[in-house]
Amino acid sequence: MSGRAWADRILKKPRPRRSGLARRQMLVAWLMLLPTLAVVAVVAAWPLIQVFWMSFTNATLTSLQPPQFVGLQNYERLVRDPVWWTSVVNTIRFTLMTVIIELILGMIIALVINSQFKGRGAMRAAMLVPWAIPTVISAEMWKWMYNDIYGVINDLLVNKFHLLAHNVAFLSIPATSLPAVAAVDVWKTTPFVALLLLAGLQIIPNDIYEAATVDGASWLQRFWYVTVPLLRPAIAVALIFRTLDALRVFDVIYVMFGNQQSTVTMAIYDQNWLVNFSNVGYGSAISVFIFLIIAIFVVIYVTLIGVEVEQ
Amino acid sequence: MFINRRIAALLAVMVTLLPLLAACGGGGGGATPGAAGTKAPGAPGATATAPIVKPTSAAVTPVSTAAVTGTPSVPVTGTQTPAPVATTTAAPGATTTTGPTGMATSTTAPSGTAVSLTNIPTSKNTAPAVPNAAEAKKYSGQTITYYGDSVGPGHDFDMAAAKQFEKQTGIHVKVIPHPKEADQTYAQYLRLFQAKSPDADVLIIDVIWPGSFAPYLEDLKPALGDSAKTMYPNIIKNDTVDGRLVAMPWFADFGLLYYRKDLLQKYGISGPPQTWDQLEQDAKKVMQGERKSNPNFYGFVFQGNAYEGLTCDALEWLASTGGGTFVNQQGKVTINNPQAAQMLKKVQGWVGTIAPRGVTSYTETESMDAFQGGNALFLRNWPYAWGVANAPGSKIKGKVGVAPLPAASGQQHVATVGGQELAVSRYSQHKQAAIEFVKYLTSPQVEAWRAVAGSYAPTIVAVANNPQVQKAMPVLKVQAVRVTRPAGILGKNYNQGSAAIYQGVNQIENGSDPKSVLPQVQQQLQSLLKK
Amino acid sequence: MSTRTTNVISRALFYLLVLLILAYTVFPFYWALRSSITPDGELFSTPITYWPAHPTLDQYGKIFSNNLFLHALANSAIVAGAVTIISLAIGSLGAYALGRFSFPGRKFTMYIILSMTIFPQIAVLGSLFTMVNAFHLFDTLGALILTYLIFTLPFTVWVLITFFRSMPAELEQAAYVDGATPFQTFYMVLLPLAAPGLVTTGLLAFIAAWNEFLYALSFIQTPERRTITLAIQTLPESASTSAYAVPWGQMMAATIVVTVPLVVLTLIFQRRIIAGLTAGSIKG
Repeated sequence: MSGRAWADRILKKPRPRRSGLARRQMLVAWLMLLPTLAVVAVVAAWPLIQVFWMSFTNATLTSLQPPQFVGLQNYERLVRDPVWWTSVVNTIRFTLMTVIIELILGMIIALVINSQFKGRGAMRAAMLVPWAIPTVISAEMWKWMYNDIYGVINDLLVNKFHLLAHNVAFLSIPATSLPAVAAVDVWKTTPFVALLLLAGLQIIPNDIYEAATVDGASWLQRFWYVTVPLLRPAIAVALIFRTLDALRVFDVIYVMFGNQQSTVTMAIYDQNWLVNFSNVGYGSAISVFIFLIIAIFVVIYVTLIGVEVEQ
Repeated sequence: MFINRRIAALLAVMVTLLPLLAACGGGGGGATPGAAGTKAPGAPGATATAPIVKPTSAAVTPVSTAAVTGTPSVPVTGTQTPAPVATTTAAPGATTTTGPTGMATSTTAPSGTAVSLTNIPTSKNTAPAVPNAAEAKKYSGQTITYYGDSVGPGHDFDMAAAKQFEKQTGIHVKVIPHPKEADQTYAQYLRLFQAKSPDADVLIIDVIWPGSFAPYLEDLKPALGDSAKTMYPNIIKNDTVDGRLVAMPWFADFGLLYYRKDLLQKYGISGPPQTWDQLEQDAKKVMQGERKSNPNFYGFVFQGNAYEGLTCDALEWLASTGGGTFVNQQGKVTINNPQAAQMLKKVQGWVGTIAPRGVTSYTETESMDAFQGGNALFLRNWPYAWGVANAPGSKIKGKVGVAPLPAASGQQHVATVGGQELAVSRYSQHKQAAIEFVKYLTSPQVEAWRAVAGSYAPTIVAVANNPQVQKAMPVLKVQAVRVTRPAGILGKNYNQGSAAIYQGVNQIENGSDPKSVLPQVQQQLQSLLKK
Repeated sequence: MSTRTTNVISRALFYLLVLLILAYTVFPFYWALRSSITPDGELFSTPITYWPAHPTLDQYGKIFSNNLFLHALANSAIVAGAVTIISLAIGSLGAYALGRFSFPGRKFTMYIILSMTIFPQIAVLGSLFTMVNAFHLFDTLGALILTYLIFTLPFTVWVLITFFRSMPAELEQAAYVDGATPFQTFYMVLLPLAAPGLVTTGLLAFIAAWNEFLYALSFIQTPERRTITLAIQTLPESASTSAYAVPWGQMMAATIVVTVPLVVLTLIFQRRIIAGLTAGSIKG
């Protein structure tokens, strides 16, 4: 059986069932969904509704007065807020930079450790290490490694490999600060992508490759015409969750740059207003905006790639 | 295959977007509020214990002491206009004299000297007896939760004090160290207050927070008003919101200049710099020599990241050069003035020359590490740095001196006030017991003990002036006028105002023109004051 | 150039790439290890030493004699373990329903589940705090187990949906023909086949819970109930560091210590990631 046939078969909709059975199946489905939906209702529904509601009020944390409804006032102000737009641009740049590289690198790593070679078990564990170190700590560590006086990265580049003439303050120069922090995020989260893709690779049966090889397909052809299409759902899920996290990026940038405006992200700006400035109304409007931006990305992914094995 | 085309198209769209965004990136001019910093330097409580107890008079420069002694100075809480600091007038109604700390002390304040300060314990694990044990015993059996210090040895001091208090009063104290980052502590307190939680009775709060937290805090004036009168009036004023004393001052930090004695000597420099120009010259001279053996040697490190710490450093730069204190006592915003612009232009010139280029993302940690690693001649930091620099195993142990920060010639040396206060939550279910605990912690005995055993700068005038305390904590002898951030005037908007200041100054450090940034900061501060 | 030489060259380039990736991945960990055995006084000195002149295991001694840290290890294991098991148990059921059945509102339900994780953590923290208090869960591990589901559950469901979707329908139909109920089909036929997905999501969920910081910071008060991220952040300073000076050596030692269980877990489960589906089992 060829890869295409396999793909076509998997891409097919689940078969329609007979109507009597269908009703029973539907009941079973909702029953199975019940625990998940219960958790959603308990831990997520109330906070989500609360955020939406607060975004239309003038709620603050430093007053005992009950919040008042102010309509779209917070949103009108937000649309005209230049720092907000700076943060949007920064965040999207960061997201594109990291997600593209993570996807490519993650794919390479997944393919490498999926192939047969000695010590791949150890390699698989080693690969997971960056993801296993708590973000707050790894960010501190990288900040230390990037330091322009006593940082090891400068030492390596200047004294060991002679790639630079003198030490560079990577975190303070606008041109290098965002790439520098993107490198940390890539380091930290590529294992996540790699592991998801690796799991996806596992459900591609070997005989498809065998068939393709018999047909004389090159390595690249096999990758592009067999692996990628069959890995599509795994790629989509990895993309969705990575993008979702990247668009909400907070701690790695906060640890390395504080509130520097050249690197402010949407979540950092949100935290400023919600907590430090105690303006819950405005902060909630920012939260809702972030929600909408992420939703746009998700919709784009789902329509372009499709997370599901159906049209 | 269509799926592949989709993925390829998506990647292509992303890749083309990237340079587009890069082109408009960095964007967003204008100093606009970011947020309060990670580690608010108002909290720089702790100093390492052991080494500081040694008499280290060499550390305090005789030159600087002479420079300020006898010059009447005034609590600088916003009393300044952009006019030179030296011309400030005394607060009405109080005759002022200069205490040895350089901070003006009201002579009308009841002196705490009646309290005997003999037998001050010198170990952080032995707290002094509870003077108010008799009254506190009434609440024996109750349990209070105390959000205490988590910085340096602060937690050990809290545990010892809680143990002693429990032993003598029967009130059980559950000590919770607050989160290490000031921002996180601030957020956690607000969440507890919002939930009207009885899970916090006594809280340690930063000197810049009373304005924000006031609605949630008990008025301590009825119970502690008398002891408040023995403390520095400018801090009491800071902690009084709408006539309510919402927190008790507990320890008061201040900015200092640390320098390498050995290197100054090596290059024939007689003492620490008196002026910023002199600091520049000394730095250049020493850098030139030291760089032959260490290419990463710098003249001056400070806290240049966009966070609360930069507001503290900037306040010192401006106030010591006639640039004012951001907002004056009449509530007029003064930050946009020629002296301030000139000084900040000078600071801009330091970045990448006498200070590392990376200094614009340095907090206390990075600046301390650079100095500690032997890579800097001068360091601006809080009192705790003394203990760190002189700890066993330190590379620069015994080579460090401490002096007031430089000033422009003809101006006074200044130091930004940091420190922590103690407050009682209005949602506490054991308010009386909580107040008794605060009474104990802010008693002269405890403040003296914490100063001697832990180098926490006392807030009670008589304790700070006590010779025994000064002997154990030599940085108390460094003479400089204490300046406070405009927390009282900005009230609950302080964090936003401070963000406007540090964002603006950070942009200037990174190359923006002060003349275009300062008017924007001025405008933002003005709009916050109107609220 | 013969194809053979090209092959050798491309192979060499491939290994060079692998090596570079490996260096990028592992170097920071090596740096943490090196810092954990370097005496505090040497940590920031220049020129930089790549291996300490006087290596010491002091930091590890301090970590293991720190009762609060040991408590924290246990707490984190409990929380992360419970979160993983709950996520997998209810998430796989939900994913099966969403992946193998078609019914009105199915897509909508998927988005609803995803939406619970779309807000920035900080945005929902205030309301969560109020909720945790209302449930009397403040300062308990239960608060963490409940709230961590916000980020583990949507992820588990979405990944497992793709797994269930990609399985051939014949498997299930054969089971139905044999008279199995949907639940039996689920856990006897499909669940074992989804093992790579379960193990992968389980590992990722476990690590996410193990590393969570903000909720733990907000909902836990008593030091004995802290999780490891909190414990590392509140390690006591050593003599030569204080206040803003981060206790680097100890922090790095603690980081190494908390990473080891995760590596061991991966080593145990990694066979399952690969061996989940063999070609034989899927041939319908």
